[in-house]
Amino acid sequence: MNNPLRKLSGFAAVLLIALLINLTYVQVFNANALKQKPGNARTVLSEYDRQRGPITVGSKSIATSTPTQGQFSYVRTYPEGSLYAHTTGYYSLLYGASGLERVENSILSGTDDRLLVDRLSQLLAGRAPKGGSVQTTLLPDAQRTALRQLKGRRGAVLAIDPSTGAILAMVSSPTFDPNLLASPNVATEREAWSKLQNDEDSPLLNRSIAQVYPPGSTFKLVTAAAALSTGKYTKKSSLFGPASLKLPLSNNRLPNQNGKACGTNNKTTLENAIRISCNTALANLGLVIGNDVIADQAEKFGFNQSFDIPLSSATSVYPRDIDRPQTALSAIGQFDVRSTVLQMALVAAGIGNQGVVMKPYLVAQTRGPDLAVLDATTPTVFSQAVSADVAAQLRDMMVTVVKSGTGRRAAIPGVQVAGKTGTAQQGNGKPPHAWFVSFAPAKNPKVAVAVIIEDGDGSTEISGGRLAAPIARAVMEAVLNQ
Amino acid sequence: MTNPVTVAPTNIKQRRIAELFLLVLAIAISTAGYIAASLGYTNTMPTDLWLVVGACSGLFLTAHLAIRKFAPYADPLLLPLAAFLNLIGLVLIHRLDLADAARAERAGRAIPRADAIAQLTWTAVGIILFVAVLVILRDHRILQRFTYTALVLGVTLLVLPLLPFIGTSINGARLWLRLGPLSFQPAEMAKLCLIVFLAGYLVVKRDALATARSRVLGVDLPRGRDLGPLLIAWVASMGVLVFQRDLGTALLFFGLFILLLYVATERRSWLLLGSILFVAGAGLAYFAFGHVQQRFDVWLNPFSDPNGTAFQIVQSMFGLAAGGVLGTGLGLGNPQFVPFAKTDFIMATAGEELGLAGLIVILMIYAVLAQRGFRIAVSARDAFGTLLAGGLSIVIVLQVFIVVGGVTRLIPLTGLTTPFLSYGGSSLVANWIIIALLVRISDGARKPAPPIRPSRDDALTQVVQL
Repeated sequence: MNNPLRKLSGFAAVLLIALLINLTYVQVFNANALKQKPGNARTVLSEYDRQRGPITVGSKSIATSTPTQGQFSYVRTYPEGSLYAHTTGYYSLLYGASGLERVENSILSGTDDRLLVDRLSQLLAGRAPKGGSVQTTLLPDAQRTALRQLKGRRGAVLAIDPSTGAILAMVSSPTFDPNLLASPNVATEREAWSKLQNDEDSPLLNRSIAQVYPPGSTFKLVTAAAALSTGKYTKKSSLFGPASLKLPLSNNRLPNQNGKACGTNNKTTLENAIRISCNTALANLGLVIGNDVIADQAEKFGFNQSFDIPLSSATSVYPRDIDRPQTALSAIGQFDVRSTVLQMALVAAGIGNQGVVMKPYLVAQTRGPDLAVLDATTPTVFSQAVSADVAAQLRDMMVTVVKSGTGRRAAIPGVQVAGKTGTAQQGNGKPPHAWFVSFAPAKNPKVAVAVIIEDGDGSTEISGGRLAAPIARAVMEAVLNQ
Repeated sequence: MTNPVTVAPTNIKQRRIAELFLLVLAIAISTAGYIAASLGYTNTMPTDLWLVVGACSGLFLTAHLAIRKFAPYADPLLLPLAAFLNLIGLVLIHRLDLADAARAERAGRAIPRADAIAQLTWTAVGIILFVAVLVILRDHRILQRFTYTALVLGVTLLVLPLLPFIGTSINGARLWLRLGPLSFQPAEMAKLCLIVFLAGYLVVKRDALATARSRVLGVDLPRGRDLGPLLIAWVASMGVLVFQRDLGTALLFFGLFILLLYVATERRSWLLLGSILFVAGAGLAYFAFGHVQQRFDVWLNPFSDPNGTAFQIVQSMFGLAAGGVLGTGLGLGNPQFVPFAKTDFIMATAGEELGLAGLIVILMIYAVLAQRGFRIAVSARDAFGTLLAGGLSIVIVLQVFIVVGGVTRLIPLTGLTTPFLSYGGSSLVANWIIIALLVRISDGARKPAPPIRPSRDDALTQVVQL
């Protein structure tokens, strides 16, 4: 029996070595990855022990750490929690972080490499190291107006400064209170989390950048931009706009919303087609210029890629390699075309900024704990989407939309406003989404804005104009009144 | 068959001084740990330091004196190694008590009774039984008489928790007996009984099991009727798995049975058959039982549900990661975040505060303990002693591997106690009896052979000598 016993003794050694190798992997090689996992309370705790830096709007903190009694040295509070919820995100012991709390964590927690010297000097001075601060580009008035106007309906507003790309308002509705997820009480946090997770309206979802929608008629701006950029069209060009358009290769017909032709003898101008949001004229225009031309134009505005503002946006999609009936539908923002609210704001901003799309950004600057600026965002050009001349023609068309077309509710007395309504069909019997994109003043705009209301209650083009345009107008006014 | 007595007891030094020295060293290191835990957590000296150190010193000194008196030739490493593990366990439980007290204070509740003191009481019971075994059991071969009594007792103990009224389900596994204020986990004692049974049974049956065989597809297989006990063990293990939902104990018993069968018969075909049966059983259990499937899925993808089903293992991994190579230091980590930190996950506590270095030390202690056990098995002068010591060693190895492997995600997590370290009386007491039996067998193996008194038969034989 001794031979098997000796072998078993060897087998025991093998088991021991297996345990030791695995432990070395877990505790040495995999340790950092485990420390970074969301919900690792130990990592959060070590960060709770140092004062996490604030997130600010101007000089006002929208997320701040204050000393507290009890288990943790600091507690994270959000003074206007639900107003800035999707910007700050939450900072949870159990569920990790989101928003700027997540993407700017290294600055806020003070673990960024650039803060190494600061950390060491604090350590040598015997003081607890602190985190740096993150200053956003948001305007409190615009933000507040947007949230108030959304009235808790599912939707989003994104306002941008067309000349810089700075984001002035980013609101997603319904919103949530990040204070509930920063509670040092684990039970409270758990309860708040499960309530948010089970909410049918998904309050944690940032509808302004993380969700894509069919852009509907607002996309006609891109199709018009593509046509004008070919040089073969002007805003006065005559287009074929019947009451309904027979789609090629099929027996289906694409109708206008009101069932009427867009002009006498089925003829209309590009300007008028945009003003009254004529489906058949723009769909036919898309068929004539071809899908590749529209796709190229869409990508110049930012479609088919995502933006890091530094929160990552969802990728807006314009499909390539599609057949002709699909091209007709895509030209009016239906079929597989998908856009974030941010993307449609960029289209409006680019048109307003003489065809130049600026890279969108939410963080104005980051500072170290000593208030020295670490990083200040300088506005950069994303692309020259259209020429200044094409941009001017598009702007004029958008002005008529607000003056005498579908977007009259966006008009601001004494200010020339350019806008475009949209009503995006969802199919499967759901009511369409109501869209509005605009900028003001039309010449040299200070603000561009995109608004969506999910499942707007009407079925006609009026929906975008009736539900979304007043919100856009209020937000633009809030910015212009600064 | 080889003769079980192959290692002649050449070294008959008693080495009791070495044992005492190691024991004092273990107590000194643990005392430092006990103080460090309090200083680290609350920055104050432990109030019950002299009570604990005094009690432990008294207990282990008693055990040492009992060995001197009743088993003077016993292996000198067994007592200090087991005592050191027991003491490390006390330090870790004390450290977790501090966290529990702080939590209760924050919540405004009364500070709970210290589990370290309860564990110390159980240590006393363990040492009393250790001494009792040495005093009463002067020769381990006496146990062979109780082969079938042990079987009946073992099976009874295993089945008891399933009975209504006295059986209790804790954390989803039906493993406990509740008698008034005391709860008791009979599987630990059943483990001992089954080792005694297997050693006694295999001593008698091993020749039949080893020699009689049939050849199937070029592989030597035991005869059908000899397969009986193996199948019974398999069915019993599966029974534990199904009715008590205790994967760990099922795996431990089955592994013990197969390995001891291999030791007794020296036939590798048992290992092959056993592995096949195990894989088949595990596969069947995976598809038949939700909880087995869940354990397995959690093992493969712990981060798919880190706050739900995988909470325990994920917290354990976080603790280990926080510990790194040298650990956070006693009292300076957050081992209380891991559920069941005092019992099933005590190794996660050790890994967090003592680091990889501390875990290596603890695992090496287990390894040396098991190696000494196998050595004792090899040097035992009788086949029963060999199988008994072998079985006890196998159980230590398997149990440590199953629980530590589970806690560190090397294998799926199953609920088992870590010998000597985990909080819990039944486990601690059973493990001290294991050490007592090993001490007894090693004493028998190492003490000088009784002087050969020539019998009359011998004399007669010698007359015929040419």
